[in-house]
Order: sequence, then C-alpha cells, then structure tokens
Amino acid sequence: MSITVDGINKRFGKYQALNNVSLDIPEGKLTALLGPSGSGKTTLLRIIAGLESSDSGRISFSGKDVTGLHVRDRNIGFVFQHYALFRHMTVAQNIAFGLDSLPRNKRPPKAEIQARVSELLDMIQLPHLAQRYPAQLSGGQKQRVALARAIATRPKILLLDEPFGALDAKVRKDLRRWLRNLHDEFHFTSIFVTHDQEEALELSDQVVVMSQGNVEQVNEPIELYARPDSRFVFDFLGQVNVLSGEVNHGSLSQGNAWVTLPGIQHQGSSQLYLRPHEVRLATVPAEHANLPLRIEAVSLIGSEVRVELRPEGWAGEGSDSIWEVGISHAEFNNQRPARGDLCYAVPEVGHLFTGKDTQPATVSWAEAESLPRVRLIN
Amino acid sequence: MHSSHSSRHRRVGDGPVIKWLLTGIALAVTVCLLIMPLLVIFVEALGAGWSTLADNLLDQYTLHAIGLTLFVAALTVPLNLIFGTALAWLVTRFRFPGRKLLITLIDIPFAVSPVVAGLLYLLLYGRNGWVGSWLADYDVQLMFSWPGIVMVTIFVTCPFVARELIPLMQQQGSEEEEAGVVLGASGWRIFRTITLPNIKWALIYGVVLTNARAVGEFGAVSVVSGNIRGQTNTLPLHVELLYQDYNIVGAFASASLLAGIAVFTLAAKGFVEWRQARILNRQQSEETI
Repeated sequence: MSITVDGINKRFGKYQALNNVSLDIPEGKLTALLGPSGSGKTTLLRIIAGLESSDSGRISFSGKDVTGLHVRDRNIGFVFQHYALFRHMTVAQNIAFGLDSLPRNKRPPKAEIQARVSELLDMIQLPHLAQRYPAQLSGGQKQRVALARAIATRPKILLLDEPFGALDAKVRKDLRRWLRNLHDEFHFTSIFVTHDQEEALELSDQVVVMSQGNVEQVNEPIELYARPDSRFVFDFLGQVNVLSGEVNHGSLSQGNAWVTLPGIQHQGSSQLYLRPHEVRLATVPAEHANLPLRIEAVSLIGSEVRVELRPEGWAGEGSDSIWEVGISHAEFNNQRPARGDLCYAVPEVGHLFTGKDTQPATVSWAEAESLPRVRLIN
Repeated sequence: MHSSHSSRHRRVGDGPVIKWLLTGIALAVTVCLLIMPLLVIFVEALGAGWSTLADNLLDQYTLHAIGLTLFVAALTVPLNLIFGTALAWLVTRFRFPGRKLLITLIDIPFAVSPVVAGLLYLLLYGRNGWVGSWLADYDVQLMFSWPGIVMVTIFVTCPFVARELIPLMQQQGSEEEEAGVVLGASGWRIFRTITLPNIKWALIYGVVLTNARAVGEFGAVSVVSGNIRGQTNTLPLHVELLYQDYNIVGAFASASLLAGIAVFTLAAKGFVEWRQARILNRQQSEETI
C-alpha cells in the first residue's frame, strides 16, 4: 500500500508544526522521517496514522482518501516511542489485543488467535515470556513485544515513532537489523521517525529530511549523503567542516585562510562545506589551500581516528567552530599527531554555497589527489 | 585526633534526647486526642451493657437515621464516582483553555467550611432562594428534605475521587489508550480493558474516602436538613439531638456506630494503600530481572 501525503498543514496555537507538506511513500519500502526535534516529523507520522488531525490537506492509502477515516478503521500498525504496552496485561494478552478487538464477524476463533500469538512470540524470540507483565521486561524485549502487537492483525502499513530512541547502543543495533529483516520478509510499507541520521541512512530505502515543518529533501540514503540539496541537510547529515568567507578572483578567503576555487566564477560571500573524509591533514600548506589548524583532541575509538582541530588565525562555523577530520589508524601510528600540533587541512572535494543559493556547486582539486601524502612531522 | 570521633559519629538529627522527646510528645498527643476519645465512645456505649446498646440502636428514630444516612451515601457515592472519573478524564486527556483553573476549582469544597456550603445551598435552593422560589411554584421542595441533604453531601465529597485519579492519570498518560484505538478497539472496550484496570485501586481509594465523608458529614447537612426527627435526621445529626436531650447512652450508642464505620474505613484505606504499594514494589523489583 503506497501512502500519499498531499498539502498537509498543522498548527498548534501560533506554532506551525507542518507547512504544506506533500510526500509520496512508495509501496513496500522502508522510509525514514529524519529531522531535529520540533521539525514536525512525529506530528506527520501521527497524522498519517490518524492519531492527530490535520488542519488542511489529504492523506491517501493506495489512492484511496483516508483523511476522514477514523484511526480505528485505518488498519495500520503503530509502534510508540515508549512502547505503550498495556501494563496490566501479559505479553500474550498484549499481542492478542488487536485480534480480540476485531468485530465479532471478523474475529478469528480463540484457538486461531492463540496460534497466531504463539507464532508471533516465536518470531520475536520471546515464547518463554508469554505470561510475563511488561514491567518485567527489558527495553529491547518491550520494543519487540510492541512490534509483535502492532503486526498481529497483519496491517499493510507499519508506522514507528522513534522506535529505538529509548534503547542503549548495543540493543539498538541488534533491533535495527531485526526490523530490517522483518520488513523485508513481510513487505510492509513502513515509515519510521528518527532524529539519528546514522540510523536513517543505515536502515531505510528512502530518507525524508524535515526541518521546521517543511520537507527539505527526499532521496535514497547514498544519494542524500553524496548530494545534499541545502545547507540544512548538509549540516544535519553528519559532521561537516565549513570555511565561510569572500570569493575574489577564484579564491575564497577569510583571515589568513584561503582556498582556490577552480572553475568558480561567482564573487561575494560564500561557504565551502567539506566532509571529514574529503580533507587530508599535512604539515605544510598545499598549493591550492592554506588552512592552518591546531589539534585540540584525538579520539582513537572507532574504525577511524577522529582528530578535532581549531582554526588558527581564522574562524570556523558554528558555536564551537571546531573542524573534524578522520584519519586511518595506520596513518595515526605513522605520524602520531598530538594535541597542540599545528597542521594544515588539504581539501580534495568540496561543496560551495554562494550567497543565498540553496544548491551547492561541487569543487574538486584534481591535482591535489595526485600529490603524495605529506607526512606529519612535528 | 579525629579518629576518636569517628566511632561515635552520628547522622544529623540523630541525637537520642531529641529522638525520645519527639517520640514521647507524638505518643502523648495521639493517646490524649485520638485514642482515648475513641475508646470513651465504645466504653460509654457499652457502659450499660449490650442489651441497652441494642435497645438504643433499635429505637425507631435511630433506625430511621441509619436508613437515611445509608440512603444518602448510596446516592452520593455512585454519583461522585461517575462525576469524578469523568472530570479526571476531561482534565487529563483533553487540552482546553481554563483547564488549570478547573483543576484548582475542584478543591473548592475542601477550602469552604461545610456550614458555609450549607448556607449557600439554602440561599440558592431554599423557598426564598433564587432557584428555590421558582421551584416552589412547581411544588418542588429541595431544602429541609432528603434531596437537599444529598445535594450538599455531593458538594462536600465531590473532590475525593477526582483528586485521587488526576495525578495517576496524568502520570500514566494516554499512550496506552492510543495504542488501543490504533489496534481497533472501541471506546468502551478501551475504557473497560485498558483505562479502568489502570486506575482501579485509586478509584476504590476515592470511593472509600467519599463514603466515609458522606456518612459522617455534619455541618452542611445540619444547615439544610432542618433536623426533623424521623424525617430528615441523619446519624451525625441524631447523635447531637440525643445528646441535647440528655440521652447520653443513646448518643454514645449512635456515635459508636459512626466510629465503627470510621475504623472500618481506616482498615479499608490501609488495605488499598498496601495493595498499591505492593503492586508498585513488585513492578519495580521485577524490572531488574
């Protein structure tokens, strides 16, 4: 079942939660609604579910208008952020609730409901906890019970509100993989809300980035990461290093920092956005860039060594104005960069936003890639 | 130097003198002001023997007072149960202007002296009152008869159920009910299988308190009832009438009934509190499994 969101507006008092939002959610795909808190993503999910009403606009499932249809009759699965399990019912009773609630003429016989419940318990790998109460379960177990309860009536649409928000990192990773498998097996049309960009990029087929009640960009995760449409999406998807300054005669400068911009004709105020992996560190400035930085911190945890740097003689963007560059552990072991060292950032590919333009121009310093890597020596 | 102190180190406020002094005062006050009067009621009531007590209780007017009191409670408790639940549902599940004000207004019957409440009802619904004079044209009399007694009793006891439910329902939120409606349950099924079991014990607690107050209310009832023996005399009013008639044994006999109800209420209240604490404990201790 595909979902069409058409011109949805929602206001809470003076606050515009959703501003003329239109979206197409393809059938059988796992879509992420990604955005910071207050971006309207949960409100949109609740309007699609029918838990919230919109001020104007239409929601349709497979072309059929459901805007006026009561949530009870929409036959969707909904997983709440804090699980919302029925606290005085056992796990088995929780899972059976949807089937027990069917009108008498559609309700399967008791034995069939029981069979379905135990099938679902097997699926979530918790058959031994059937008679437990929600308070006796861990967070991850509660979330799996909530999922089983939501899909017990075989809905075509599965909506999840921050499904992993309240879980610790390890459990979250397991459940993410499990949800992906579940989705692939049953071919729901799924939408999940998250503020975690890594979760959205890793788990979904399509990401909808939202900001202040607007849809900023919709794309597949890889495309979205490679080609952000706006400063907001760039900022929101992962760490980014920014040089903000004036373009003059094909070079962007601020303070004692400058970068040449091959093929750029614009003049005036611009921002150069660089992802951590699009920058190298060197002990001397390159021919095409002079970006002096002093090392603030080195973090060895993870598959990459993360180096945090403070601009020297110029200013970075944002409140802390810190730049972040990732280097491999091998590189780190060779060069041993330490806190307080001075080094130079060498950009390889960058994205230039000029004036009020929302679309960036990609800049690449082809010759930079042919240069041998400069060793970091104190 | 300071090691000599460490073995005799005490927590703040743990001095033995203060501890025993406070314990002694609390005990003395409890015995003098609470336990002794309660004992006196039963001693006096039974002073002339069981048969006298029975005679006094089986007196025609006493029986009528008991009947009227139970009748008033039987009307008041279910009405306030419905009203309190509906009100708690309204202020915890909906957002509307004046919601906070409404939560504050619920407490008015606690803040106003019952005698004042009775007077207000008399002024409003009495024969010369704003509403009462209009009703009198249709030959409807509320004051100085049982409807008046029920009205003021409802007024005095209406906060109990709502005040027990509101904090609990606020804390539990409406997510479970939303989950129920997404799963296709009807409104009645959601109330019966999700909401009601979650608030059951708080509801019982509210009912116990409402009942105790409905049975024991004196001030407001005495203003609107008119104290007509055998007609509008509730048990607390009856105690006072007997006492003023110098029928000390009769007064104490009726009073012992009221005291008995009070003791029973305390026991029921204790049981409900113990149940709630046990459920909470069990949930918390098992969360770690």
